[in-house]
Amino acid sequence: MGRIVIELLLRVAGALVAFLTLPLLVGQLEHKAMAHMQGRLGPMYAGGFHGWAQLVADGVKFVQKEEIVPAAADKTVFRLAPAAGLLPYLLVFLLLPLGPGLVGQALDMGLFVVLAIVGVGVVGMLMASWSSANKYSLLGGLRGAAQLLGYELPFVLSAASVAMAAGTLSLPGIVEAWRPWWLLWQAPAAVVFFVSGLAEIRRPPFDMPIADSELVFGYLTEYTGLRFALFLLAEYAGIVVVSALTTVLFLGGWKGPFADHQLGWLWTLVKVFAVSFVVIWVRVAYPRLREDQLQRVCWLVLVPVALAQLVLTAVVKVVL
Amino acid sequence: MRGGGLAKGLAITLRTMTRRAHTAQYPDVRPDLPPRSRGVIALFEENCTVCMLCARECPDWCIYIDSHKETVPAREEGARARQRNVLDRFAIDFALCMYCGICIEVCPFDALFWTPEFEYAEYDVRELTHEKGRLREWMWTVPPPPPLDANAEPSKEAAAARKALEIEA
Repeated sequence: MGRIVIELLLRVAGALVAFLTLPLLVGQLEHKAMAHMQGRLGPMYAGGFHGWAQLVADGVKFVQKEEIVPAAADKTVFRLAPAAGLLPYLLVFLLLPLGPGLVGQALDMGLFVVLAIVGVGVVGMLMASWSSANKYSLLGGLRGAAQLLGYELPFVLSAASVAMAAGTLSLPGIVEAWRPWWLLWQAPAAVVFFVSGLAEIRRPPFDMPIADSELVFGYLTEYTGLRFALFLLAEYAGIVVVSALTTVLFLGGWKGPFADHQLGWLWTLVKVFAVSFVVIWVRVAYPRLREDQLQRVCWLVLVPVALAQLVLTAVVKVVL
Repeated sequence: MRGGGLAKGLAITLRTMTRRAHTAQYPDVRPDLPPRSRGVIALFEENCTVCMLCARECPDWCIYIDSHKETVPAREEGARARQRNVLDRFAIDFALCMYCGICIEVCPFDALFWTPEFEYAEYDVRELTHEKGRLREWMWTVPPPPPLDANAEPSKEAAAARKALEIEA
């Protein structure tokens, strides 16, 4: 009994540590990579060496800021929204396999649970947008709702393709079943999953709900201080989650060129950061999609491709 | 090709990332300013004759000059004592100055110069009026004029000197 409790605590602590460090690393990577892609240097002072502590300094600054709740806001909901936006990602961290046997909690229906939980993140955004009592916030929230409603579909369909190929919904199971030639076989699904994942976490070029040039800052307009920081953290945690899901489902998770069993965690992390880099890269390279373009990409490109991939997966599965 | 721009966009950002950043790390690394930069106006006090041309031409009226006359005793018996202008105050109010450089252009005695020095911000506008001591200090930061381009016309002074030599010969 005691051993089980200790093991459980260890697993939860591991997921928590990953949750608190990986998003910060991705955030720092974004600072630096984006700066260099634009011919700048990015943060250079915080922490002494190439601004490595910039996000820590930002966190300290946010803690010191005044916590403002607008007079007309729905105060309870307004206060709870950041938590609702952040917690789903924390839960997902518990379910993502890092290496063989290295997982917070392996569930037989892990994929299903993960996709369901990621979808809950939307609720936090809707809570924030509605309770702010601000037109810009509300517009951002409605845009977000429309976007997530649309992109949830290709997101789930492309994930279903892999689940079908692997014959299991368990995330470690999918990695076990994965073979390198799946990279080709599941390539369209991987692209669809990645793109709709970007839209799911409202990253540029799918950041219509935030769109700072037209909506002030969308559903984040009224937030200040620590709650704003939590929303930002949720964004970076979202990048890690989408990258990790792409890695686990389409890039073979802990499977690397050698020593899968000893170095599995390393291969997973390398892949996660590589995919995160692509997320940042895409942000720097592409302008924001207009609302109609956004819906067009979803319904006229991603959904048909995802459906075609399902057919392809089914045919190959039956033939083999 | 349709959609080719997407790949091009990614390629450009990636290429930029591999190149050196353009950022000038100013307080840590001094900027390398060209010799004719218009940073601040320095005064070569020894050359000033208090002719007041700069103060009169200044469109902003930002140059303040005070002076008095001193009598220079006659050098030899029977000669007349001469008078000389002595500069008491020469100040430029850089809160008013618009850096047009007319004072430098108009100075017939080469007493005013541009220098690339630019770090003289103050917390109070009134402190931006810099007196002749500070203006003289800035003279040390005036860079030598850049050499002429190859095959350029010789400077006016050099041409005049050469002509004088030819006439002599």
